Amino acid sequence: MNKLAQVEPVEATPVPVSKPARQGSLFSHARYVIGENPVTGIAFGMFVIIAACAIFGPLIAPYDPLASNTASALQAPSAKHWFGTDQLGRDILSRVMVAARLDLGIAIFSVALVFVMGGLSGVAAGFFGGWTDRIVGRIADTIMAFPLFVLAMGIVAALGNTVTNIVIATAIINFPLYARVARAEANVRRDAGFVQAARLSGNSDVRIVLTQVLPNIMPIMVVQMSLTMGYAILNAAGLSFIGLGVRPPTPEWGIMVAEGAGFIVSGEWWIALFPGAALMLSVFCFNLLGDGLRDIVDPQRRT
Amino acid sequence: MTESTSTLLDVKDLTVEFATRRGIVRAVQNVDLTVGKGETVGIVGESGSGKSVTSYAVMRILDRAGRIADGAITFSGIDVRNASESEVRDLRGREISMVFQNPRAALNPIRKVGHQIEDVLLEHLQASPQDAKVKAIEALQKVRIARPDERYHAYPFELSGGMCQRVVIALALACRPQLLIADEPTTGLDVTTQKAVMDLIVELTRENGMSTILITHDLGLASAYCDRVVVMEKGKVVETAKSAQIFKSPQHAYTRKLMRSTPRIGANLRDLLPEDMPVPLTPAKKTAGGGASLLSVSNLVKEYPRQGVGGTLATLFRRKNEFPQSEVFRAVDGISFEIKRGESVGLVGESGCGKSTTSMMVMRLLDATSGHITFDGEDIAAIPAKSFAGLPLRKRIQMVFQDPTDSLNPRFTAARAIADPIYRLGGLRGRDAVRARCEELARQVGLPVELLDRFPHQLSGGQKARVGIARAIALKPELVILDEPTAALDVSVQAVVLNLLEDLKHSLGMSYLFVSHDLNVVRLLCDRVIVMRAGKIVEEGETEAVLSAPKTDYTRELLAAIPHPPL
Repeated sequence: MNKLAQVEPVEATPVPVSKPARQGSLFSHARYVIGENPVTGIAFGMFVIIAACAIFGPLIAPYDPLASNTASALQAPSAKHWFGTDQLGRDILSRVMVAARLDLGIAIFSVALVFVMGGLSGVAAGFFGGWTDRIVGRIADTIMAFPLFVLAMGIVAALGNTVTNIVIATAIINFPLYARVARAEANVRRDAGFVQAARLSGNSDVRIVLTQVLPNIMPIMVVQMSLTMGYAILNAAGLSFIGLGVRPPTPEWGIMVAEGAGFIVSGEWWIALFPGAALMLSVFCFNLLGDGLRDIVDPQRRT
Repeated sequence: MTESTSTLLDVKDLTVEFATRRGIVRAVQNVDLTVGKGETVGIVGESGSGKSVTSYAVMRILDRAGRIADGAITFSGIDVRNASESEVRDLRGREISMVFQNPRAALNPIRKVGHQIEDVLLEHLQASPQDAKVKAIEALQKVRIARPDERYHAYPFELSGGMCQRVVIALALACRPQLLIADEPTTGLDVTTQKAVMDLIVELTRENGMSTILITHDLGLASAYCDRVVVMEKGKVVETAKSAQIFKSPQHAYTRKLMRSTPRIGANLRDLLPEDMPVPLTPAKKTAGGGASLLSVSNLVKEYPRQGVGGTLATLFRRKNEFPQSEVFRAVDGISFEIKRGESVGLVGESGCGKSTTSMMVMRLLDATSGHITFDGEDIAAIPAKSFAGLPLRKRIQMVFQDPTDSLNPRFTAARAIADPIYRLGGLRGRDAVRARCEELARQVGLPVELLDRFPHQLSGGQKARVGIARAIALKPELVILDEPTAALDVSVQAVVLNLLEDLKHSLGMSYLFVSHDLNVVRLLCDRVIVMRAGKIVEEGETEAVLSAPKTDYTRELLAAIPHPPL
């Protein structure tokens, strides 16, 4: 077979042949992507801050978020209380920080749940077609037929007022989005050459879906996850805002905005503003992160 | 055309740079190019030679990362490089227009073709809203579209690839530009369509005294249709000569290499390899078919429901006998053939003739409507395609796909792609054993072992083709179906891959079913050839006999359409 090996130098290859596999290429790639698009870097920085609050919130918060102190109620932002205090004298900064864990937790679990449910059923629908496709498609249509927030309210009201049910409700209303994206992406790859090649290699259809199709639609699913993260946070806060789900005095951005809303007229704007701003920034951050993440995980750009 | 005719386009010392992640890449370096009035110039080169980038620079349509770093472009007295954007916009379409490779992508899929031509005419003030329709139909007529009044209302998806390319040409010529740049205008079209489209381009441009730049990878095509040929390699012009001369006395080594590797009459497989390469041990002699029968196909039929007829509403509202044609479409219409052990059989035909459907059925990726496929004494047509994947028989029939990029999972490394069939069906266990087998296969197909850990997008086209071949032979199959395995490759790479396939066939004792539209390539590799048209076999026989003395008109037509350099 030596003669065949000698065939190689003839080939006109524009790709340099002797490039060793680089170490830590994902990190350097991430740095490149952020350098290309600084907004991603800002979003990533914000994400780190939010994540730090979620993980270490109770440890690094300057005050006990639940300790009320009527003597210092309704104080404007100052050096002592950066974000001011609410009607019970609780430190708003501490409450905003501690609330990050609950809001982010709801978002992460609901996104994970919907990714598994919607992603898998969507991929199956797109790949197998036929009845699988019809059933998944009609389920998605049925969910889409409701105003989504009202549906979430209904689910939480029916199942009971708990955090778990908020997670489930948020996952259900996002189901059509995931199922449809996954279906479309899987459908395109159903007859791709590498899928046919995998069949020739003796892979069963289920194996092909899991090992060949799913990894290829991950980039787009990751983007979808990041985008719906923001939406899930908003949804959880919205439910709490109208009194469903999380109950006071638990610190949660939606409840805090709801509590502060009544005080805006009397001039105590900070009670609603800071948790609202935290909510807005985190939604914003996850949307921007979605774009950046796509660039990082896309194998075409990872050269 | 000679140098004495006045110059229309003059490119001097052109250098184009692209800003990439790894720094500045010079795609085109110090290129000089002149096009005289009424002259047809061919730019020939393999992928990455900078031939397209040169023309994009002339049109000033480089993408954002690219810029003209040096040089001058003069088009009939206008300095294109330093012209303002509005001046250049005026040039595009009216003075210089372009025909792209994929005609379907160049047309708006949701607008009628007639309206698209009108848009261009109105945009460049070539027609008034009143007479636009008449002029658009005239334009369609000019590009020889039959029944232009009806086709005016057609959407691009209703037209064939060749027809779409005609519409694109009509669009390009609508404003009577002085220069037409055709970028691989016939790649992806059948040979007979290619001939019709090229004849049309040359005729129309000559008629109107236009100049043409034909960008192509096919030296034969360029020299058959162009006055002068410019050969490019790695961003540089290596040779410029009259097309008759370039074949008679190529000056540059690269031109000679390109010519050698172009499949042509009278050359055998080994002739395609460069002179400086060690001659392989086995001469490319055709094995006389004498082995036992390996595969025999009899009366194979594949039917598809005709689209748009089977719908419930259509059935309800249809008057009796409104659709006289049958409700099924026969993609493969009762074909029978045989492949012996150690034999290569070519399955040739134009797109839509059913050759791919046939290969998919033989491959057991698709169920036949009726007929038998007997593989080594067993009727495999009876086994549903779904359950075939897990059978031990699967090992014995493998396939090399047409597009090496599409057939490799972008998220698998080369080693993992090759190892996949070994894990599933090879019966080999243990990472080290599989890895060793992968390396052995890589050596067999001439893929450097260090490339095994790369992802497909980090490999060149030829390397990807080798990965695909290694995967197909990993299970030591007896029958390999080659579905245009070199269609997406440069000619020099094609020459090497074809030789590799021939060597592997001898050393591993495989049989090939070679599916292709290119008779010149089939000639090189196959012992016997089967010509298909509209689902039926029109001619079958020994390759040399069929190609030198075709019995049917269709085969003759196919052969005549292959562009031959003027010798």
